[in-house]
Amino acid sequence: MKSHLLSWIIFSPLLVALALLFVPRSQTFLLKWIAAAGTLFVGILSLIALGAFDPAQTGFQLVERVSWIPAFQVHYFVGTDGISFPMIALTALISFLGCIGSFGIKEREKEYYFLYLLLETGMLGSFLALDLFLFYIFWEVVLVPMYFLIGIWGGPRKEYAAIKFFLYTLAGSLFMLLGILALYFNATPHTFDLTLLVQNSFAVPLQKILFLAFFLGFAIKVPAFPFHTWLPDAHVEAPTPISVILAGILLKMGTYGFFRFSYPLFPEAALWFRPAMALIAVIGIIYGGFVAMAQTDFKKMVAYSSVSHMGFVLLGLAAFTANGFNGALLQMFTHGIITSALFLLVGVLYDRAHTRDMGAFGGLSAQMPVYSGILILFSLASLGLPGLAGFISEFLVLLGTYQAQKLWAGLACIGIILAAAYLLMMVRKVLLGPAHEKWAKLPDIHAREIFTLAPLGVLVILFGLLPSLILNYITPTAQALLLSLGGKL
Amino acid sequence: MTSYAYLIPVFPLLGFIINIFFGKFLKRGAAWVSILSSLASCALGLPAAYEVAKTGQIFSAHAEWLTLGRSTLSFGYLLDPLAATLLFVVTIIGTLIQIYSAGYMQDDPRFSRFFAYVSLFMSAMLTLVIADNYALFFMSWEVMGLCSYLLIGFWFEKNSAANAGLKAFLTTRVGDVGFFLGILTLFTATGNLNFTELESSVHAAGATPALALAALLIFCGTIGKSAQFPLHVWLPDAMEGPTPVSALIHAATMVAAGVYLVARSFALFSAFPSVMQVVVLIGTLTAFMAAFIALSATDIKKVLAYSTISQLGYMVTALGLGSLSAGTFHLMTHAYFKALLFLGAGSVIHGTHSQDIREMGGLLKKMPHTAWTFIIASLAIAGVPPLSGFWSKDEILLAAFDSGNKIVFFLLLVIAFMTAFYMFRLVFLTFFGTLRNHKIHPHESPATMTGPLWILALGAILVGLPGSPFFGHWFSNFIHGPVTQGTHEIHGSGAVHHALNWFVVGCSVAAGLGGILLAAVFYLGKLNPSVWVMRTFKPLYDLSIHKLWFDEIYSVLLVRPFLKLGQWLFIFDQKAVDGLVNAAGTGTVKSSNLQGWIDKHIVDGLVNLVGVVTQLTSATVRRVQTGLVQHYLLITFVSVILLMYFHVKP
Repeated sequence: MKSHLLSWIIFSPLLVALALLFVPRSQTFLLKWIAAAGTLFVGILSLIALGAFDPAQTGFQLVERVSWIPAFQVHYFVGTDGISFPMIALTALISFLGCIGSFGIKEREKEYYFLYLLLETGMLGSFLALDLFLFYIFWEVVLVPMYFLIGIWGGPRKEYAAIKFFLYTLAGSLFMLLGILALYFNATPHTFDLTLLVQNSFAVPLQKILFLAFFLGFAIKVPAFPFHTWLPDAHVEAPTPISVILAGILLKMGTYGFFRFSYPLFPEAALWFRPAMALIAVIGIIYGGFVAMAQTDFKKMVAYSSVSHMGFVLLGLAAFTANGFNGALLQMFTHGIITSALFLLVGVLYDRAHTRDMGAFGGLSAQMPVYSGILILFSLASLGLPGLAGFISEFLVLLGTYQAQKLWAGLACIGIILAAAYLLMMVRKVLLGPAHEKWAKLPDIHAREIFTLAPLGVLVILFGLLPSLILNYITPTAQALLLSLGGKL
Repeated sequence: MTSYAYLIPVFPLLGFIINIFFGKFLKRGAAWVSILSSLASCALGLPAAYEVAKTGQIFSAHAEWLTLGRSTLSFGYLLDPLAATLLFVVTIIGTLIQIYSAGYMQDDPRFSRFFAYVSLFMSAMLTLVIADNYALFFMSWEVMGLCSYLLIGFWFEKNSAANAGLKAFLTTRVGDVGFFLGILTLFTATGNLNFTELESSVHAAGATPALALAALLIFCGTIGKSAQFPLHVWLPDAMEGPTPVSALIHAATMVAAGVYLVARSFALFSAFPSVMQVVVLIGTLTAFMAAFIALSATDIKKVLAYSTISQLGYMVTALGLGSLSAGTFHLMTHAYFKALLFLGAGSVIHGTHSQDIREMGGLLKKMPHTAWTFIIASLAIAGVPPLSGFWSKDEILLAAFDSGNKIVFFLLLVIAFMTAFYMFRLVFLTFFGTLRNHKIHPHESPATMTGPLWILALGAILVGLPGSPFFGHWFSNFIHGPVTQGTHEIHGSGAVHHALNWFVVGCSVAAGLGGILLAAVFYLGKLNPSVWVMRTFKPLYDLSIHKLWFDEIYSVLLVRPFLKLGQWLFIFDQKAVDGLVNAAGTGTVKSSNLQGWIDKHIVDGLVNLVGVVTQLTSATVRRVQTGLVQHYLLITFVSVILLMYFHVKP
């Protein structure tokens, strides 16, 4: 197993999904627990990988490379480094917690868990594939289960949201596919192998075109302003665990794409597009914050806050400094755990009250003290309170950006104030104030829900106090990437 | 002792953890957990502070925390005279206030949560005090802000309390973002965030604009946290919190952290005279404005809140004038007498269940302990010798006098006069005369509350002495000792101190006693000129009672436009951005429909046309193929005739 560890990580959810097909659909208990065991197994495998992974080494590790379609030099080529490894850990963790969180799903469980596991394989594959052909396949594999998961188990406007999500991201990735093909034909020798492609130095005009093609694919996924409008719809309609996956992992595939492909493949273009990237990032941060502030729907508020927070990742990318890259990569992780928790918390409230209108609540802090405590903790993490993980990543991004361009950092700081405003206004509306008669019977958060949130809470505090625990894994790769792009530490 | 200094904030942190998780089971014990953890901090912190005072040495240690590009960020503690002074203030006052709280909060259903928050605050504040660099300082600074938020909104069922917490957090956050950017600026300019190396880095970098910017931005943090103009609006509202919280966080310690920040950054600030001028300007303006508002306030806690803002402005002014010792000295004395004033006010509220001083009166007999300690504190803040406030205030006035800035000196005197007046207006209205609202049945508070009052009263009397000439201005020499070794002399604030300036002392005492006297004339005697003053100076009175309309102005100019902007952008998002996406979608559908029509009617039509033509042709031609030999022979015959005809034709 050790020699094919990454393949096991990628495909074990798929194997479990296939196994689920042989379980009768009436055996819901069995279905749930097999799925949960499958995601837990991936978690254990990624812990094994953690042991095998050497954080100080900057190249790809745990590499597996087999020829797959020799006629087109397509390889089954997977490997991990400091950029993808935290994403694997994040995916394994969030998928497991999301699976436990899915136990509330009461219809068509068999299909649900099958698609859920298929989705996990797609995401893990996307983060580990080092052959662009293979990457594209995994990237598209993610779309299909997501489409059905939103479209079948979603809310009132689920069809609209699902189709919008599917078509929007598909449109983006088609440009990326063209880009991949163009890369293949322009590379000598023709190859899809990332490590070989990086050695080519493409002409700058070509780089710019290809950067744009990839940009469309990735920016829609992030989502960067102005490609973000699928996100609120998808989030509001998706069932809670799917929102968690969407915000916690799926969005990171976009920024991961920049780190893994766009930047190393098109370094000159990346540098040339830097001001544009920064502009998009800063607009996203401020715009997302303002729009989040105007929301009355709790879930939509969190969705727009994602637009704002993912803007920090893009800003770190645009900074082109070691701190900026470090911060962006860390922000991908911290935003993953914090926003997942916030979506889970929205779900907890929605399951009880069947509304997400923040104005309808009030004074829940007396009614549901444990829930309130947890919600406040993650709100604080999201608004970047020092001592919690969100602060470290935003601090690094802003420091890195400040070193590159003071104005960008200054503007992005508006987003920090806005984050405090919309999150604490949410706390004010939902938790504080006089208690409503209507909600007098709402039970506090129960054990299973706490179980899904506790690991996230522990990580938020742990990485907030000891950020080097995770940064040790990220920093060497981030610095190596910066150096390879011609940047200075 | 000093090598265990890093444990000082750990005990309250443990107290927090115990109380937040197990407080429900501990019930009354929660108070003990917090008080004991605080006492443990005292047991470690006070000897450490004494060690610093005795030896005049600096103790510090640090460990690496985070790698930032080429440089690393280390966290550690720094025990120098400044930190020792703050330790002396925070540990003692913090512990006393927690003992007092055990009585004050007795019947609160969320008793344990209160102590959990207070312990977390103590932990953060103590971390801030002994932090050796800006990053750790900022982190604990923000956690303090969180505790302030949680404790202001402690009675969150009240809308006013919930709003006040939100307002406090957001207002200070504006300042904090400035502070944060200041740290980034400083780090980018010097590559170092350590307090001990601040002076040498500033020297090495020279007086660059970047460093001046850093100083100004860092000062934004002070403006937010220490409630200076124009971000002072949150502090009066913060009085919604339980009174011990007002005493601890919003008077004695946290709000003074902004002053402490300037003191910590003194090497940076003093390198830029222009920045120092800004500091003086903001400080004086704040001190004057808040004192002016306090003149007309009728809520006992609001008077004290504006008084706190005013006194913080005083400290900021002192630092801006270049007198590190005067600013820190006043911070220390103020912490004692202002904590005492707030706890006294809390005792009054506890005993009368009212906060409106217009309803009170004659409480001196009903609540003697509260009244006498309150009067002692009021004398101290009014600057009556030889109480603590006199010595520190005198030092600030002296600094202003020595700086040669006559306007600032005069303004500070006026503020001192106003302070004495509004404080004794409060004292006379509350404790003298007769009770005005007879629904109130005042009673003295229990010993857990009056005990701390007397201890603090002792402090309010005595803590000024180390800075007095009787002790040879020991405090001033102590603060200046290791910190400013080899620094430039600024406005005669050097370690060597001069004799008493009798002119300044005279002015100071006159202002204090004059204010008290005027208050006595207004509120003690039979003739009550206050109504007459109110009418005669109506515009000024309106200005004061409406707090210069700051809240209203901010609401119109900032809060509402921001919320509106959010809503507009949301509409824009739905109509324009998403509208485009949907338009692209429907456009695609429409164009596919069109293509479908074209496909059906034109492309397919052509195909069909070919078919139809073929069909028609074949249908016509088919008629010829009858299968009858005679017909074929006839056709052959006719054809041959026709061929012959055409060929034969010439």
